[in-house]
Amino acid sequence: MFVSYKWLQDYVDLSGITPAELAEKITKSGIEVEGVEVLNEGIRGVVVGHVLEREQHPNADKLNKCLVDIGEGEPVQIICGASNVDKDQKVAVATVGAVLPGNFKIKKAKLRGEESNGMICSLQELGIESKLVAKEFSEGIYVFHQDAEVGTDAIELLHRDDQVLELGLTPNRSDCLSLLGVAYEVAAILGREVKLPETDYAKSNENASDYIRVDVEATEDSPLYIAKIIKNVKIKPSPLWMQGRLMASGIRPHNNVVDITNYILLEYGQPLHAFDYGRLGSKQILVRRAKDGEIIQTLDEAKRELTSEHLLITNGQEPVALAGVMGGLDSEVQSDTKTVLLESAYFKGATVRKASKDHNLRSEASARFEKGVDPNRVRAAAERAAHLLAKYAEGEVLAGSVEANTLKVEPAVVSVTLEKINRVLGLELEMKEVEDIFARLQFETNIDNNTIIVTVPTRRGDITIEEDLIEEVARLFGYDNLKSTLPIGSATPGHLTAYQNKRRIVRRFLEGAGLNQAITYSLTSGLKATQFALENREPIRLAMPMSEDHSTLRLSIVPQLLNVLKYNAARQNDSLAVYEIGDVFFSQGSDNLPEEREHLAGALTGLWQSQPWQGEKKIVDFFVVKGILEGLFAKLGLEKAIEFRQTGKEGMHPGRTAEIYLSGSSIGFVGQTHPTVEKEYDLKETYVFELSLKAILEAEVEPLHYQSIPRYPSITRDIALVIDKDKAAGELESIIIDAGGALLKEVHVFDLYEGERMEAGKKSIAFSLKYFDPERTLTDEEVVKAHDKVLHAVKEKAGAVLRG
Amino acid sequence: MQERLKELQTEALEKISQASDLKELNDIRVSYLGKKGPITEVLKGMGKLSAEDRPKMGALANEVRDAIAAGIEEKQKHLEEAAVQEKLALEKIDITLPGRPVKTGNLHPLTRIVEEIEDLFIGMGYTVAEGPEVEKDYYNFEALNLPKDHPARDMQDSFYITDEILLRTQTSPVQARTMEKHKGKGPVKIICPGKVFRRDNDDATHSHQFMQIEGLVVDENIRMSDLKGTLEVFAKKLFGEDREIRLRPSFFPFTEPSVEVDVSCFKCSGKGCNICKKTGWIEILGAGMVHPNVLEMSGFDSKKYTGFAFGMGVERIAMLKYGIDDIRHFYTNDMRFLKQFSIQE
Repeated sequence: MFVSYKWLQDYVDLSGITPAELAEKITKSGIEVEGVEVLNEGIRGVVVGHVLEREQHPNADKLNKCLVDIGEGEPVQIICGASNVDKDQKVAVATVGAVLPGNFKIKKAKLRGEESNGMICSLQELGIESKLVAKEFSEGIYVFHQDAEVGTDAIELLHRDDQVLELGLTPNRSDCLSLLGVAYEVAAILGREVKLPETDYAKSNENASDYIRVDVEATEDSPLYIAKIIKNVKIKPSPLWMQGRLMASGIRPHNNVVDITNYILLEYGQPLHAFDYGRLGSKQILVRRAKDGEIIQTLDEAKRELTSEHLLITNGQEPVALAGVMGGLDSEVQSDTKTVLLESAYFKGATVRKASKDHNLRSEASARFEKGVDPNRVRAAAERAAHLLAKYAEGEVLAGSVEANTLKVEPAVVSVTLEKINRVLGLELEMKEVEDIFARLQFETNIDNNTIIVTVPTRRGDITIEEDLIEEVARLFGYDNLKSTLPIGSATPGHLTAYQNKRRIVRRFLEGAGLNQAITYSLTSGLKATQFALENREPIRLAMPMSEDHSTLRLSIVPQLLNVLKYNAARQNDSLAVYEIGDVFFSQGSDNLPEEREHLAGALTGLWQSQPWQGEKKIVDFFVVKGILEGLFAKLGLEKAIEFRQTGKEGMHPGRTAEIYLSGSSIGFVGQTHPTVEKEYDLKETYVFELSLKAILEAEVEPLHYQSIPRYPSITRDIALVIDKDKAAGELESIIIDAGGALLKEVHVFDLYEGERMEAGKKSIAFSLKYFDPERTLTDEEVVKAHDKVLHAVKEKAGAVLRG
Repeated sequence: MQERLKELQTEALEKISQASDLKELNDIRVSYLGKKGPITEVLKGMGKLSAEDRPKMGALANEVRDAIAAGIEEKQKHLEEAAVQEKLALEKIDITLPGRPVKTGNLHPLTRIVEEIEDLFIGMGYTVAEGPEVEKDYYNFEALNLPKDHPARDMQDSFYITDEILLRTQTSPVQARTMEKHKGKGPVKIICPGKVFRRDNDDATHSHQFMQIEGLVVDENIRMSDLKGTLEVFAKKLFGEDREIRLRPSFFPFTEPSVEVDVSCFKCSGKGCNICKKTGWIEILGAGMVHPNVLEMSGFDSKKYTGFAFGMGVERIAMLKYGIDDIRHFYTNDMRFLKQFSIQE
């Protein structure tokens, strides 16, 4: 909402308060003033000039040579390029020495050999947006009416010596979508009076009811409809002050009748519509719902197909306006209009919203109806419009209005105790202070003991409960005056849940391991949503996506991380390690919320370690990533419950991918991406993993219990076993552990040899076995016995022989 | 004999002093002090001496032997030390070469801010509550006093999946869910971080996905001054001890009264600069007293209980705190961006 500072002064005395100070006060007590625009900022030296002579520039087809009286000294010669400049016009002249917006200084100049002493201006050149310039002047210079006095300040004449406050209104404060509403607010803030505008006009002998009848079929949608008839109007431009105020408010002037309806819309917040009575086609207004498929051609010349959800103003037969949204083309006020039918109505917000949304027609009018106009201003606005039409269109206002009224208007009565106000705000106000605040708001109050009973004016439809009254008190008392305290009452222990705490530990671990945390979008393309998913499920699509790239909820994080690698690799960074913790989404049918599961995913590529001057380099491989995961599982006490099993998975390298099991259930995977995927993302050898974070953080873990430190030495035996190449080390290890019995405490691989010196199809794996008994020192015989069992078992079960 | 011993001592000490390595020294030890050495030779002739002279000569011989042994020992020490010195000199390295890097990753700046805020409120007795990103219309809107035709729904155009299910537009549904779980019994003290989604085209200041963090306290006798005091603690912790806050009236459907909260500009301390658009204040969050409808809908008696709630955009806080100019950086995950947030201030 744009509020002209000068216009506001019609209703509230603003003496002693600058626009900037006013803005600050309004902001502090409830409505954010987003900016203050000085309309004539950077403009100087523009006066009204009289074009005495105009002739074609001798050397340029498109230029005019004008002799202009600027009210000072001899008339000056000005070269003007506008096609609409002509003899005898009163125009805005930027004289030599003048400054126009953008610090554009006017100097004496020669244009194609002819001297030019100034510039004849368009409104755009005076800093007015094109969309606000009346159509007749939009392509050329502005022309004043003939009685404009030569030499006067053109900016003042255009009422541009003003400042405009831009209010950022929250949806509850639609009462301030009008100058009067803002006036009430400002009056409350300043503790001053509100002056209401004039609404009187000369009485006519004729009655409006002889000209029109009004029937409302859809009383729910249109509980109040008022029609007035104004005869003998003269269509012409509205007065400059009105045009100036409209432009300052962001509305383009048209003619006096249309401008007056727009002026009332801004002044009262009540949208009006003026029909050309002569073009109505009947003497009746019938307000009804449209029939399905019915068509109306609106002012913008569009033909619109309607449904029974849209409300129409008709002449009894044909539609003449889409109620509250836009008038019909056929009944538009034109330059030859003689009699005007003025409509002021209360249309239901939801009905107007439906129509404006369906037809994509958002207007100043529809915005106000949607938010609910003040039912008590519908009539007053019509009277005020009649006053202005009589005054500025020389119209004759017929006696009375024709109304269809089923609207029940009852102001809300809300009460609150002083104790509650003070308790909620943490204040110690007296009743007198509270009463005073409501008096400033011009709310009627009654006091009953400690309760204040407030009758809320209908313009403030946002106030319905006691908390709303408390807010009015708080904001006008001033939040700066509020104390700062901390909640008292029962103490609550603050903490993270075990899950949240472990999640942080996972983050710390991964960062310590060299991975950077990424955060990517949950929405992705339909194509990528299911790539690498742990479960094969139907993806969830938005009903109305903004783009295909963000249309579907992800089932896996990996594709997003591959994108992160791709982005960075394309910027000369090809050694990368990232992880993300985030939700993935599995559908549970369209009536239910999806299953949202927190996953942990990672992606690594390029160098893992590099120490160039020492000649060391290590590329990320499967075992780097597996090692990180093993470390993480160990940190979470899950080392023994985890198992990696060779697997195949779409998008993954068939020989370098493992499925991860936790206590026998699959929870994720790790491996190298398939070369085709690497090509798709322009990546070199890349490894990824994804697993259910929920599964590993919620898994039961043995409570931490101290184990005494061994007092007896252990005995270590190393063995190198020759086996078939395709036998897995893990299998061999399981056999060893099974056979080793209670004394075998640790087994680990310490060497792998698959080189030339091996027999074809064979490899050698070396294990280190540690035997030990916490209770005593082991004898050699015991170890030999256990170790023989191991050697026997690996030979029997895996055909492994000791390497010679 | 006496002279012979003295002679031997002088001769040995001379050789010791000239010995240049441990081997030479060892040869000297063997040749003088060994069983076949000259001293032993001399002592063999002691039988010829008188009983009177014998002990004297014996003592002298021991003296000489000890003197040589001491000389050897001392020399050995020197030689060993010299050997160590020589070895160390050879081992000298260029310490200006770079160290072996310890490769660590780091936290995303948004997580960093969230954890900082979580910890601050945990310290004040809050717990961290989380909820689903795909939410029921009921929890996202209706339970927060935004019925289906409420005009404020326009403020946050949403991504719907069905008529009843959408991507949450705010973390407030977690508040509604938590209050519901409390079954009308206070106190509730939670902080809710999470991802939220709105129909916005991604540009420097808009993102269709972003993070919010909200707080909620519901108890008997919660006052608006408690909200002000709590947010003051928050602003000072996050933006510095000298910061002040300012409450401005505003509107949210789920709070009444509602306020917007500004913090005094941490760049210019209120003098006015380009960050605070010359106002001296920066808007950081929205807050208010929980609307009685919200309390009632979640099962709390609004006559008995009051509460406050506040919420902020994490990206905005991070952008202000670190001077980041484009919200898209948070989701592009450019390493040149992420790596900047590894330092602990």
